[in-house]
Amino acid sequence: MTTKLSNAQIAWRAAQDIADGAYVNLGIGFPEMVAKFQPPGRQAVFHTENGVLGFGEAPAPGTEDWDLINAGKKAITLKPGAAFFHHADSFAMVRGGHLDVAILGAYEVAENGDLANWSTGPKGVPAVGGAMDLVHGARRVAVITDHVTKDGKPKLLERCTLPLTGVGCVTRIYTSLAVIDIDNGRFVLREKLPSLSFDELQAVTGAKLHLDGPVADLIVPEI
Amino acid sequence: MDKRIASLAEAVADIPDGATVMIGGFGGSGAPIELIHALIDRFLATGSPKNLTVINNNAGNGHVGIAALIEQGMVAKMICSFPRSADPRVFTELYLAGKIELELVPQGTLAERIRAGGAGIPAFYTPTSYGTDLAKGKPVAEFEGRAYVQERWLKADFALIKAELGDHYGNLTYRMAARNFNPLMASAAARTIVQVSRAVEPGGIDPEQVITPGIFVQGIVEVPNPQQEEVLNRANAYYPEVSA
Repeated sequence: MTTKLSNAQIAWRAAQDIADGAYVNLGIGFPEMVAKFQPPGRQAVFHTENGVLGFGEAPAPGTEDWDLINAGKKAITLKPGAAFFHHADSFAMVRGGHLDVAILGAYEVAENGDLANWSTGPKGVPAVGGAMDLVHGARRVAVITDHVTKDGKPKLLERCTLPLTGVGCVTRIYTSLAVIDIDNGRFVLREKLPSLSFDELQAVTGAKLHLDGPVADLIVPEI
Repeated sequence: MDKRIASLAEAVADIPDGATVMIGGFGGSGAPIELIHALIDRFLATGSPKNLTVINNNAGNGHVGIAALIEQGMVAKMICSFPRSADPRVFTELYLAGKIELELVPQGTLAERIRAGGAGIPAFYTPTSYGTDLAKGKPVAEFEGRAYVQERWLKADFALIKAELGDHYGNLTYRMAARNFNPLMASAAARTIVQVSRAVEPGGIDPEQVITPGIFVQGIVEVPNPQQEEVLNRANAYYPEVSA
């Protein structure tokens, strides 16, 4: 019995909600995996902040062109129909409401849609990149994350405790246990692992889970 | 009307102590490594320029390019969005020791502040950073029921950028994702110095293909086969080279 989804399985689930032809930005790291799991017959166009639309997979080692990278500074390839543009145009796409979906990681998400994913506090060197821009403008801002921290503490909370990336910006959360929408300042449970009871899920969630219609089984293939 | 400069040394000769310098590139892509290294050569020979304010998306990687500039102690302040990299030790150590100042700017806001600087727009409103620590002290206004943060233009005394083709008038094209901040910075600096991988005669670039029109450019210097920061870092390179 599956007790929790792997990162790849969370990414797979998030990928199922991306429509054919959607313009999508995937955050650096774990969210990049979403691109691997596009359902057959659907093709999204991926945007990267440093000025590329329509990029594909990583090139074979040794064939990298270091003028062709993504926001994570990794080498990429181009798909037919790709486009280059400068940084101001790139963020016009972001803030101007032209992206259909942005999928980001999270340290914490609150029931009011607040997201904390850029800083764990005042120690060290602060770095924000494009995260604060990406949470504004995309029609859907989805988060993919483990349901709890490595110490087992809830990441879905009534209010974030860490420095915010954006206020009221997240619309859907894909976790290792469930799919949850944010609707009018509430967590609304849409799907959960069949092996998990509602009460068990509530116990590892830091704010009240609401029901609004049926809760589907969260079923993901072995990956 | 010939903006060509004969050497890298001449290209960076006028940058004074305390100057604000925009440096193009995103990580190593589009980074004018040879212009940066020429600036270091001048500093090592003359002690100038120092106390620079450098504007770039990042704060250097490894021990070449901007990291090497910082390592020489030439930079008093970085304005950037992401001062982390595969090897950010040079910036990190100075920052944690309180020896370099940091102004952290969200990436899209950084791009737009530079664009605004080049376009003569002193301030603008953006949704980015509203309600976060990075909006503290900035004016907020509501438009159509939503809150926006006021941000100000960003201008520089010099821009050091990298382009692919450049003609004598300073018309430029870029190579793939190496475009990034370069065209924006070209417009926002009082003097924009460009290293081009290939210099061509006027007419050598189809006007349909010009990305940065020459009006934004004051000097070009040809650097064929420019170095890539990523390749240098994979070879553990230092600038200036250290003997083994």
